[in-house]
Amino acid sequence: MGHGHRRGHRGRGPGGVPPRSDGERTLVLPGEEIDVHGLQPGPGTYRVDGRTYASVLGLLSRRPPVVRVIPLSGRYIPKPQDIVVGTVTDVQTTFWLLDIGAPRWAPLHMTGTPWKIEVGECGQYLHVGDTVVVAIENIDPTGRIGVTMLGDDLGKVDGGTVVTMSPAKVPRVIGRSGSMIQMLTNETGCRIAVGQNGRVWVDGTPEGMQRVREALRLIEEEGQRSGLTDRVAGYLGSTRQPGDAAPMPTPTRPPFEPPSPIDGGDEPDDDAGPAPF
Amino acid sequence: MGSVGAKEVPVLLSPDGKRIDGRKLDELRSMRIVAGALHQADGSAFVEWGANKVMAAVYGPREVHPRHLQQNNKAIVQCKYNMAAFSVDERKRPGLDRRSQEISKVIAEAFESVIFVEEFPRTSIDIYIEVLQANAGTRCAGVVAASVALADAGIPMVDLLPAVAVGKVAGKIALDLKKEEDNFGEADLPMALVPQSGRLVLLQMEGHMTGPELSESLDLGVVGCRAIYEKMKQALRDRYQLGGPSEGAAQ
Repeated sequence: MGHGHRRGHRGRGPGGVPPRSDGERTLVLPGEEIDVHGLQPGPGTYRVDGRTYASVLGLLSRRPPVVRVIPLSGRYIPKPQDIVVGTVTDVQTTFWLLDIGAPRWAPLHMTGTPWKIEVGECGQYLHVGDTVVVAIENIDPTGRIGVTMLGDDLGKVDGGTVVTMSPAKVPRVIGRSGSMIQMLTNETGCRIAVGQNGRVWVDGTPEGMQRVREALRLIEEEGQRSGLTDRVAGYLGSTRQPGDAAPMPTPTRPPFEPPSPIDGGDEPDDDAGPAPF
Repeated sequence: MGSVGAKEVPVLLSPDGKRIDGRKLDELRSMRIVAGALHQADGSAFVEWGANKVMAAVYGPREVHPRHLQQNNKAIVQCKYNMAAFSVDERKRPGLDRRSQEISKVIAEAFESVIFVEEFPRTSIDIYIEVLQANAGTRCAGVVAASVALADAGIPMVDLLPAVAVGKVAGKIALDLKKEEDNFGEADLPMALVPQSGRLVLLQMEGHMTGPELSESLDLGVVGCRAIYEKMKQALRDRYQLGGPSEGAAQ
């Protein structure tokens, strides 16, 4: 499971980039009729009486053999192989439920983790509110999202914060073959994990995290305009601290949680005392 | 007018066919729509329509909260229409009442018929409509705001859902009643139209009309809805318009 193409902040495999529509970028709205030019109607469209209409707000993309609408907004729609940043929302006996910003919570089964867990011990490893980096394994026909924590760059992350943005802007955060994320990492010394679901985990100095947060806001707001990289570089340059070692060789991957249980699951409530060993 | 207590019926239609606010019978009140007015919601819109001010927020598709409500073949559409205590002249007692429950229900059902609910099984799409200032036609303003908010939330649907009320004022059929016309007029007929198919998915009536008057009203309402539809589309275009002439070159 730790191999194969996964779309994360490390760049994407061929075909991972949303299809470009040969220079044409028309905004379409739900109910708008689409001229298919003999192509097949794809996602974001519907057909009635031989006519094709858009069903979502987005950009029209004609890429033979299909015409589709690439959504500009909306919740994250999970795709297998995507790497996402999630928050634990519920603990069950054999799995956790994760909020990954998708229409539904995604169950992370205990067998999808690097830990040896007995049934009922899930609560000792991940708690409600913990942040994890996971990969989408499969989506079944009922819309249930299977995720796994097994694989490179996956695991629980400690500390830091999660910045939420529109999933449609994630490609701009990553940049061409990871250039944008590389620049953010080098300039701020922060560790960053970008999820395809529009959640970005950032850890570093408070100033560094603030600069990343601002840069992400800039990317989200001005993502469609050209020259984005220069503007982000300009922002980062203007806020550079004297003490910042500009190109810091920090790993961009989130750290792995050591495979030992974190204690404090079923302890009586003595929040002051140290752990009893 | 100056007398206390006794309410005089205002002159709703002048001899030259002008309405109380100077509009013609088939004229809409002025309208302003802002798409994406709120930050935290998945989609939102603010509508000022005459003296109405309505905010709508959409969340979802998301996990259904009381679990037993979830449907395993489609999303459920929930709507909460609420009037602020300060939205009317006389302070409204806050909270649910029969009127707002009914309006919430008919609006939810109208949207359920245009949203592709089968795409999101076991989820909920929640629409919140808050009326901040009311001046007749708030359910229509609510539908317009909610519809723009749904599109802003990226929810797949057949079409946007423009809505308008037609009524009977001083014996004449008039488009988009304002408060005085609604209070002292003879009938009120709110409706919501799916422009793509020409179907009406919301239609209610209060008061009395003859058969021919009803069909005249429906025709007028459809014309009104189509005009509102253009404003809704423009609001969404304004929000999502891609900036800069160099756009074509960007990824």
